[in-house]
Amino acid sequence: MTVLASLSVPRVPVGEVFAGIVDWLTTNVGSVFDAFGGLVGATVSALATFLATPIIIVLALVFGLLGFFLRGWKIAVAATVIAGGLGYLAAIAGVPPAVVLALTFGVIGFALRGWKFGLFAVVAFGLIDSMGQWKPAMESLALVLVASAITVVLAVPIGIAAGRSDAVSRAVKPVLDFMQTMPAFVYLIPAISLFSVGVVPGVVATVVFSMAPGVRLTELGIRQVDREVVEAGEAFGAPPMKILGRIQIPLALPTIMAGVNQIIMLALSMVVIAGMVGAGGLGSSVYTAISTVDVAGGFEAGLAVVVLAVYLDRLTASLTNRSAVVRAAAASDR
Amino acid sequence: MPAVRAEKLYKVFGRRSDDAVDLLAQGKDTKEVRRLGVTPAVIDASFDVEEGEIFVVMGLSGSGKSTLIRMLNGLLEPTSGQVYIGDTELSGLPAKKLRALRQQRISMVFQHFALLPHRTVLENAAYGLEVRQVPKAERVEQARESLALVGLAGWENHLPTQLSGGMRQRVGLARALAAGTDVLLMDEAFSALDPLIRREMQDQLLELQASLGKTIVFITHDLNEAMRLGDRIAMMRDGRIVQIGTSEEILQDPANDYVAQFVQDVDRTRVLTASAVMEKPIAMVGARSGPRQALRTMRENQVGAAFVVDRDRRLVGAVRDSVVADAVRRGQESLTGLMDPADVVKIDPDTVVADLFAPSAECPVPLAVVNPDDRLVGVIPRVTLLAALGNGPVDLTHGGGPEGGAQGDGPSTDGGPPDDGVPDPDLPDSDTKDATEVAS
Repeated sequence: MTVLASLSVPRVPVGEVFAGIVDWLTTNVGSVFDAFGGLVGATVSALATFLATPIIIVLALVFGLLGFFLRGWKIAVAATVIAGGLGYLAAIAGVPPAVVLALTFGVIGFALRGWKFGLFAVVAFGLIDSMGQWKPAMESLALVLVASAITVVLAVPIGIAAGRSDAVSRAVKPVLDFMQTMPAFVYLIPAISLFSVGVVPGVVATVVFSMAPGVRLTELGIRQVDREVVEAGEAFGAPPMKILGRIQIPLALPTIMAGVNQIIMLALSMVVIAGMVGAGGLGSSVYTAISTVDVAGGFEAGLAVVVLAVYLDRLTASLTNRSAVVRAAAASDR
Repeated sequence: MPAVRAEKLYKVFGRRSDDAVDLLAQGKDTKEVRRLGVTPAVIDASFDVEEGEIFVVMGLSGSGKSTLIRMLNGLLEPTSGQVYIGDTELSGLPAKKLRALRQQRISMVFQHFALLPHRTVLENAAYGLEVRQVPKAERVEQARESLALVGLAGWENHLPTQLSGGMRQRVGLARALAAGTDVLLMDEAFSALDPLIRREMQDQLLELQASLGKTIVFITHDLNEAMRLGDRIAMMRDGRIVQIGTSEEILQDPANDYVAQFVQDVDRTRVLTASAVMEKPIAMVGARSGPRQALRTMRENQVGAAFVVDRDRRLVGAVRDSVVADAVRRGQESLTGLMDPADVVKIDPDTVVADLFAPSAECPVPLAVVNPDDRLVGVIPRVTLLAALGNGPVDLTHGGGPEGGAQGDGPSTDGGPPDDGVPDPDLPDSDTKDATEVAS
């Protein structure tokens, strides 16, 4: 017994090895991380600045794109001109940028979902401004959008590869499990040592955290595509890329979009955590409120997060409903 | 040259598939081979499909027929054996050439239609051409044409979800036809449809085939469908082809108990044709012979009526014994005027037995089976028709009916002692041989 009791598992320096890897990365390929960090940081801050004080021409172009997406180029031109004109008038009249943007969000909501959602958007974003949370909210929105964009760019191709190959799927699965279950705070530590304090570690931690559902749902979507339809593509001699582009992705799109939706939602949930490493935005507001036990301030910042979440969620859902497959399925009910 | 040719095809799923093929080729039992942890799906399948033929592969689920058809266009690589499309061998073909072959030579129709739900009927029908990068105007035109061919003109701008099952499969068929390939693979193409619609689609396919003359490999688990559509049928069981033959051959001469059991419930009257049940015409008289000779022929064969044929064995009419006996008594010299047109019902050799009952019931004389050029190749008395209903194979080895002398159903005079059996001078022997060949 005494011999057994004295036995113990020898210490394996797991943590030290990981720290060593991070150190090695910092010293040897630090410039790569610096460049990446600089790019991401600049993008987020540019987007945040734009969302706080919009440039009329860019705003007009956003409406133009929306019009093109919904109704083609004629409406696109009309939307660009009208939005530009109205924006110019608003600027002359001295309408605050927050109001202009709240109305913008309202119009986007109206165009994609209908007047109720448009009205909700105007009221909800107006509320954010009246709570004095506009600037941090827009900083957080910028962070979420950039992080989500990076995640989608990474997750969707990986998901497609995993959906088409069992080997890739088997290799990716444990990595995703690891990324999803490792507490999100833990990502912040190496992210800080690689990118220093600021927005970038926040973005990086968000990307890692929200990657898994994006990959998983994309893979699921590709695998769910009717085997016979893919076979039809092969039987008529379509090359693999055409089968992917014209059969698999269009048919998997609703599920892929559900993945994008999840990415955005998870990114939003990381906003507060990112605030701890100096990413600014609503996270900082919440963090400050915690340290000063400011119930009112904390609630207001939290409510702003909820508004952003609801708005983005409904918006991505309506984009999903506009995909050709969903519309085709709806057509049969008519 | 056959349009599609399979040579000793094997498909075995599992790690040790090559060992399994060796064992199977040595004649080892499938059960024994399964112990290797493999699943043999297709075992030693060889067949030729001729140009313009509908070749049906018939088997229950799990018999390997779907695997077999997928090896014909390279969707599955055979574990061993060769597939030829025309003179092109499929195995070892680089991916690009294989795709080109599929684009130009073989198209496929699927069990669950496999249409693109987000594309219109027209876009779906044009899919094969789109893959081949045919210019848009041209492919729209061809797709429209093939949609019209399957009876879907006017539905071009609908979505597949707005169509019924039968219509969706017509789109699938139009897609395959628009691709303009010679070979068409149809994988349980009508199995997902309601029985009535299925019947309709079968008719339509046969109708289209009559004008298009494609080479069709059709997979089904429905024996009646196989018999209706197939020029030839390959019966599959547990991965092996147990018999290949026309539907009549399979019905009449099943290769083993499995096939025999399988076909025992088939409605034989819808499969067997007049040529399979007819008998060699024995009571025939030349058009230029007299009533006396005709009477003698009938007595010889103990029948009540005889067919009158000309030198080339073309059917002229039929005479009954009572009428002829009267003529003999009157001393008439020729058969002219003795033939009743109502007594002769001409039947095409390909008419199915089911369609023979009504005419047979109305006509007192046996039905006359004639070639398109009007030559008499066989006769079908009622007794023979009834015998064909029985489940036992119809005996074709001897020309006579089940009971000799039952050829005539008409009123009979007393059969006197037969005269010496001199063959009719108007009938050269070679013709009789012809008839036997047609009948067998």
